[in-house]
Amino acid sequence: MRGKLRIIFRGRFDLAYFFQQLINGLTLGAIYGLIAIGYTMVYGIIGMINFAHGEIYMLGAFVSVVTYLVLSALGLSYIPLVLLVMLLSSMLFTSIYGWSIERIAYRPLRGAPRLAALISAIGMSIALQNYVQLTQGARVKALAPIISGGFTVMEQNGFTVRLSTLQIFIMILTTALMVGFSYLIDKTPLGRQQRACEQDSTMAALVGVNVDRTISTTFVLGAALAAVAGVMVTLYYGVVDFYIGFLAGMKAFTAAVLGGIGSLPGAMLGGILIGLIEAFWSAYFTIEYKDVAAFSILVLVLIFRPTGLLGKPEIEKV
Amino acid sequence: MLKIQGVHTFYGQIEALKGVDLEIKQGEIVTLIGANGAGKSTLLMTVFGKPKARHGRILYEGRDLTRVPTHEIVRLGIAQSPEGRRIFARMTVFENLQMGALCTDGSTFDEDVRMVFDLFPRLEERRTQRGGTLSGGEQQMLAIGRALMSKPRLLLLDEPSLGLAPLVVRQIFDIIKKINQAGVTVFLVEQNAFHALKLAHRGYVMVNGVITMSGTGKELLDNPEIRAAYLEGGHA
Repeated sequence: MRGKLRIIFRGRFDLAYFFQQLINGLTLGAIYGLIAIGYTMVYGIIGMINFAHGEIYMLGAFVSVVTYLVLSALGLSYIPLVLLVMLLSSMLFTSIYGWSIERIAYRPLRGAPRLAALISAIGMSIALQNYVQLTQGARVKALAPIISGGFTVMEQNGFTVRLSTLQIFIMILTTALMVGFSYLIDKTPLGRQQRACEQDSTMAALVGVNVDRTISTTFVLGAALAAVAGVMVTLYYGVVDFYIGFLAGMKAFTAAVLGGIGSLPGAMLGGILIGLIEAFWSAYFTIEYKDVAAFSILVLVLIFRPTGLLGKPEIEKV
Repeated sequence: MLKIQGVHTFYGQIEALKGVDLEIKQGEIVTLIGANGAGKSTLLMTVFGKPKARHGRILYEGRDLTRVPTHEIVRLGIAQSPEGRRIFARMTVFENLQMGALCTDGSTFDEDVRMVFDLFPRLEERRTQRGGTLSGGEQQMLAIGRALMSKPRLLLLDEPSLGLAPLVVRQIFDIIKKINQAGVTVFLVEQNAFHALKLAHRGYVMVNGVITMSGTGKELLDNPEIRAAYLEGGHA
């Protein structure tokens, strides 16, 4: 018994082991954060949870696999170019899907009770899953690693901490996207129109904002970010199937609520926290319960801070 | 300039405007007075199609506004400072003004901000502060300033004096006069009938969704019925 325990725990309390989990958690969290932005923005502007958003991410992953296969069939093998084309084609296709989903499933229900839009969103999610299952098959699609290599950061008691090139790529790309996106929302006319619609869509229309178009733009932007997450997950895990959108969507939604739904920095922070919780829980406790851990943290945070970590209750003077 | 003809507006089944006729001529200050719930604010929002008029026409320089989408109306030269001010609470004062200038090409943005800050020096002091943290009077100034940023030829003001200290009310009314003298036609909805009628060239009285009386500001001020209903015990 003693011996067995020692085997299980060997190395688990080393700093090296901790660092490795930190790297893994940040990578995963960055991906969740990108998806969470889509949830939080759509919630901010039309007050509904777009449950089909996880499917957008799944579609992004599939488009990237298909693009990769097409590119290799064409004989293109220059990796940076392959990655760029994968990202761009995923973003393009998911943008079209995101735009269409809003037009088909949500816009006709504007002004209807919230429950109607929610049911429509769940229906859209199921429809998209089945659509991909029918057209792409139910089997898991595998992709050979495209980006390989990495560094050994440190070694301790025979445990090596690895930071792969892919992880660096994911972290740099998500950081750049988050910074760029925050700038877009905070400083540009497009971002101001988006925030105006979020704060008071009637007043926004009075000053000349085309509210419908702004809502469409929000769906397109959220979808493009989810596509990037889809591409990165494809590269990271090397497998995709039609069902990956469900759990990733739930996690990203949890991240958005944890950070404070409607808050952009909140979505990013929430994503990273969920990623870290999952990684550390899997590493120190049992991997089977990692989802339970993530969702339990959400429940705890909401008990003490119902608006999420960075969400603020409305303070408006009359 | 603006002709409202037989306008009926509904909230669901409830008829809020029951056939309103009203006219505003270029260069005037026209006021609409009436009790709470008479339908004054509904009329201003109906001009912008929120809600849309179910019957009747709203002609602006000969064009029927009931067929124009809400977000295009400001581009025709009409701006509104709406009921409740509707400041973008989580935007700064400056960003609110930028939103007001959205429909312009931006070429005169700096001059226009300068003009608004000259009218309302308080806004300049608070330019980086969030709209939601301003006092009621400051929010009112911002709502008017934001409307002016679109360089309107017709300005709709909904109760600019509501909830403000008497001194601030006087200030706001002085500024409305200044704006009008600069060539902007003003349509002023007010519960503060005394100030509004004193300022306006002409006035209308609304009761339960219909216009019951109209005349010059002075005529209405001197009308005993109006004095009894809207002025006595108040400011007169």
